[in-house]
This record gives sequence, C-alpha cells and structure tokens, in this order.
Amino acid sequence: MNLIFDIAWTHVRGRVRQTGFAVAGVATGVGFSIMMASLMQGSQDDFTQRLINTLPHITVSDERRTPPKQPAETLFGAAEIHGLTPEARRPGIKNPLASIAGLEAWVPGAVAPSVRVAAIVRYASQDVAISIIGIDPRREPMVSDLPKQLRGITLSALYRATNAIIIGDGLSDRIGARTGANITLQTSEGMRLNAQVVGVFHTGVQSIDQRTAYVLIKTGQILSRQTGLVNELRLRLRDPMISREIAARIEGDTTYKSVSWQESNEDLLNSFIIRNIIMFAVVGAILLVASFGTYNIISTITHEKARDIAIMKSLGLSEFTVRSIFVVEALIIGIAGALAGFLLGYLLCLALGSVTIKSPFMDTDRLPMAYTYTHYLLAGAVALVSSVVAGYQPARKAARLHPVEIIRGAT
Amino acid sequence: MSAVDTQGARTVGGATAAPLIEARNVTRILPGIVPTTLVHDIDLAIRENEFVAITGPSGSGKSSLLYLLGLLDLPTTGEVLIRGEETARMPEENRAHARLTMLGFVFQFHFLLPEFTVRENVMLPMRALGRLSKVEMRARGGDLLGSLGLGDHMDKRPDQLSGGQRQRVAVARALANEPPVILADEPTGSLDSKASEQVFEVLRDLVRTHGKTVVAVTHDLELAARMDRQIELIDGAIVADKAVSARQ
Repeated sequence: MNLIFDIAWTHVRGRVRQTGFAVAGVATGVGFSIMMASLMQGSQDDFTQRLINTLPHITVSDERRTPPKQPAETLFGAAEIHGLTPEARRPGIKNPLASIAGLEAWVPGAVAPSVRVAAIVRYASQDVAISIIGIDPRREPMVSDLPKQLRGITLSALYRATNAIIIGDGLSDRIGARTGANITLQTSEGMRLNAQVVGVFHTGVQSIDQRTAYVLIKTGQILSRQTGLVNELRLRLRDPMISREIAARIEGDTTYKSVSWQESNEDLLNSFIIRNIIMFAVVGAILLVASFGTYNIISTITHEKARDIAIMKSLGLSEFTVRSIFVVEALIIGIAGALAGFLLGYLLCLALGSVTIKSPFMDTDRLPMAYTYTHYLLAGAVALVSSVVAGYQPARKAARLHPVEIIRGAT
Repeated sequence: MSAVDTQGARTVGGATAAPLIEARNVTRILPGIVPTTLVHDIDLAIRENEFVAITGPSGSGKSSLLYLLGLLDLPTTGEVLIRGEETARMPEENRAHARLTMLGFVFQFHFLLPEFTVRENVMLPMRALGRLSKVEMRARGGDLLGSLGLGDHMDKRPDQLSGGQRQRVAVARALANEPPVILADEPTGSLDSKASEQVFEVLRDLVRTHGKTVVAVTHDLELAARMDRQIELIDGAIVADKAVSARQ
C-alpha cells in the first residue's frame, strides 16, 4: 500500500497544474453542492420552523372524519333508509376541562382550549371572510408564539376593551383597519358584533396574517351563540416532529378529528420532496461534471505513464497493484478536492448568508442557511465515489496494458 | 567440466540438472488481418549458471522469444515452464509473482522511473515483494549499487546519470529480489563501446561469481562469442544452438 501510495503521490505531484485543475473541479463541485444544500435546507427549515411556531402542533376539533351515522344504521347494521337527516350533534368538545386534564396527563407538551368561529369582517365597505379564534391569554403562550408575533402589544390587550380583537397585519393592510378601529363581525349564525382592534400580529405566513383574528374565548363563545363552547383544543409539543403520532393517538382515544401541523400542511411539505429531488439532481450534475476532470487527469497520467506501467508490470507488479496506483491517484484528487470544497462551501455559505436581500416575500433580510455536517459528508462522499469511478476506468485500462507492446514501442 | 547438448541441457557428472526455464514447441502468432508469426516451434531449456546469447538478424524473433521466456507474453501454442511449472494457465497474479521472484529484466533502454532516485528505483521490486523491512531494503539497494560502482549516485535521479550508469542501475534493479535468472534485451544496444564493456562485465560477473543465469539478446556477435552458449534465430526458428568453446 505504501508503494502504491508513493507512486500515486509521485504521479500527481509531478503534474501540479493538471492535478490542481482536477482538484479545483472537484472542489468547485463540492463547494457549490454544500452551498446549495445549505441554502435549500436553510429555507426549508426556516419555513418549517415558521409553520411550527405559528400554528399549534396539533389541533383537536369537534369534527369527526366520518359523517355521523343515521339512527337506523346504528340500530340495524344492514339497513339503510334514504331521505333521513342524520342526527344533529351539539357542537363543541364534550366536557373540555376533563379532556384537557386527560391530555395533559400524557401528552408531552401543553394544551389550550379555544373557540374557532368563521365570520365576515366588515370595515369601510369591505367584507372579508376570516377565522376568529377565541383564546385564553394566560394559556395561549404555552401553545403558540402569538405573544412574540404581536406588534408592540401583549395578549393582555384583549382585556383592554369590550370585544377586543387582534388581527393579522395582512388583514389590517387589506381593509385598512388600524389599532383603535371599530370593525363589525358577522357570523353565519346571524350574530353581529362590533369589535375594537387593539393590535396586530405578524406570523410571516400570508394565509394566516390575512385571514385570522384573535379574541377572548368568551367573545368567541358569544359569536358562536353558545356559552361555554370549546370547539378546539390546541396543543404544542416539546418535540414537534412527533406531532403526527400523537395526533393519531388523540384521535383514537377521543374520536375527535385531530390534525397535526404536518397534516394541515401536507401539500407544502410534499413540495419540499420535489424541491429536494431537484436539488439532488443539480448537485449530482455538478459533481458529475467535476468527475470528468478527474477522469481526464487520470486518463492523461495513464497515457503518459504507459511506459512506466509496462516496466512496473515487467518487474512483477500485479494488475491489481497497477490499477490500485491510479485509483489511489483519483482518490488523492477526490480527497484534496473534497477538503478544498468543504472550505469553499463553508465560505460560500457565510458569504451568501451575509448578503442583504430585500424581498416582499420574506420576513428576514438575510438568506437562511443551514449549517450541518451531513451536507459536507454527503458532498464529500459523492465526490470521492465519483472520483474513484472516474479513475477506475482508465486505471483498469492501464492495468491491462500489454507490457510487450509498450516496450517494443519504446525501443 | 560440463557439456551442453542440443537442447541446452547441461550434464554434470552424468546427471541432467532440471532446467530453470523451458520452452516446449512454443509458437507465438500475432493476430491480425494478416497474422504474423513471431516465433515457431521453439524447444529450449535454460539451466542454472548459464550465460546465453540469443542472436539473429532484426525481426528474427529474438526479443519475442525473450519476452515469452520472461512471462511477459503468452505463447499461442506450446508451453513455457519455470522450474518445471507450466505458466500459460497460471493466473496473471501468479505470473507476476514469478516475474518478481524468479526473473530480472534489463532492457535496451534503462526504463528507470524518472521521478524516483536511483536507490528508490532499485528498491521498487523489493517493495513490491514486501519481504524486507525498509531498513533492509535500503541497505540491500545500497549494497547492490555499491557493488556495481554506483555507490556515489544513490540519491541522484536517473537523468543525472550517464547511459552506462543508468543501465547498471537497471541491472541492480533486476537483481533486487535475487532472482536466479536475468533476462536482458539488447542490454548494450544503446551504449558506447566502453559502457557496453562495463555492462557486459557486470553480466558476466553475475554468472561467474554469483551463480546467476543470464539470457541476453544481442546483435553484437563479438559479445555473443564471449558467452557460454549462443542460440541463433532466423525467421522465428532456432537454426543453431551451440556451446561457445572458450569462456573468457
């Protein structure tokens, strides 16, 4: 092995410029792969984090996934009578305080009750359909980041006025209602209520900022015309990644529809898969192009060193040894390229992460970059494998050279 | 006193010693649109401590025969045996190992690796074999070079040496693993007369003093006449295989 490495090292060292170009090719591939992976992962993490922080990790509503059965179906399993209206159910979660206590006993996180009401907000001749969430300001900080998303106020502002309401900044901009404005809320139940805007919040998720408002839980109950109603339990877990499993268990236990943040954003999360496929395709293409450089240099060296290969074989070095020499050369280029690429990638990430970008679609003014060793390991591994693959073919060809032909040619 | 028969078998005290290298009905044909016969029906035995010259005009198949005897090429038909063992059906790894341990090559051109020093070039076969420690390899490389008058040039690169010196380094490299046979293809072909004489003396000394067997392809009939045995090839066939009477 020492001999193989010595000869390989001598070969690559003897061609500083060519080797340098091959190493630079691999380094560029690795560096840009790391930068791209970091940027993609960073933006994905940033978005996911915003989703996780903005919404409760699990929302248990008073709905059920399957429609209610007709009384006849309940009594007679095989019977189905057409034209009957299913039994009307009283909305809301039964005995919410007991449910909350039950969940708090085993769920690794916090639970808060709320009332969700669909309403139309009217202001300055504009009607906008929104979702109003009645919350308990003391419990809300345990299940969402709403207190951090408020602009210049605290949740206690909800106690400041009768029928106080906090609206998203998107909605505020849309209808022109600023803090202090009096708006009208109209529900499908026919309830009409005047409310005073006591503040705005900003989550960064447009669908929420434009279509959500918070009131006290009691105001929500008034809007839904049902005292004591709690039609939603909102949970925040210590580990948001287990939300899907916990939601399934809650639904199994309570029969109420229990939706994790992953389920409610399934489409978005699926789009990440496509994004990642695109990313890996581009990164793969970059590294493939870099491996052409390695192939080129190893081919050149084997061509130039044909006479040495012949003499080594005539001395008794086996095909395996000769092949190994050139594979090791490819590995040296791959390792040097990967190491240089790590540095380049890190510097590119730093540079890209420090660029100031003003975009109406982003909250932050810096590109979100993810720094994780897995990007380096992955890019390095792909670079090494592609280098070895690129080097193997010319190495195999070199090892199979017939020494007699070369020696005859040389003489 | 020994005598050489037509097959090159040396009889010592009436007993026939086993050949080191033996060719039996060896034919080598280069495939192609018009196949070319390099050598045909060669029967030959090379024994220990022989100094053999292979002579003949250009294109007569001298080098081809040497490459076949040295396991660098495979016969189309027939067989080459090393110490009685057939080699054509050996795996390539085994043939390579046989070259490493049994045979040493010296070519017309030195074929030293230009990036390595003289001593490193000599150590190359030892490193490939891996039987000696690094210290032992360095010492043996130094001894070999010293014995060939190159003790002062061990750390030089091949391009810093003269043609004769380089060829002596090639001889030292061929001897690195102490093979019993040295195969030389026109070892003096690219040298002036003085350097040729030096290299010839080295080869002859290997036979006379160190008990090696040397098979050398040469155009130089004067040199061939100073060896023990002369095999003459014409058009790929042996036309004469004779002992040279006077050992000089």
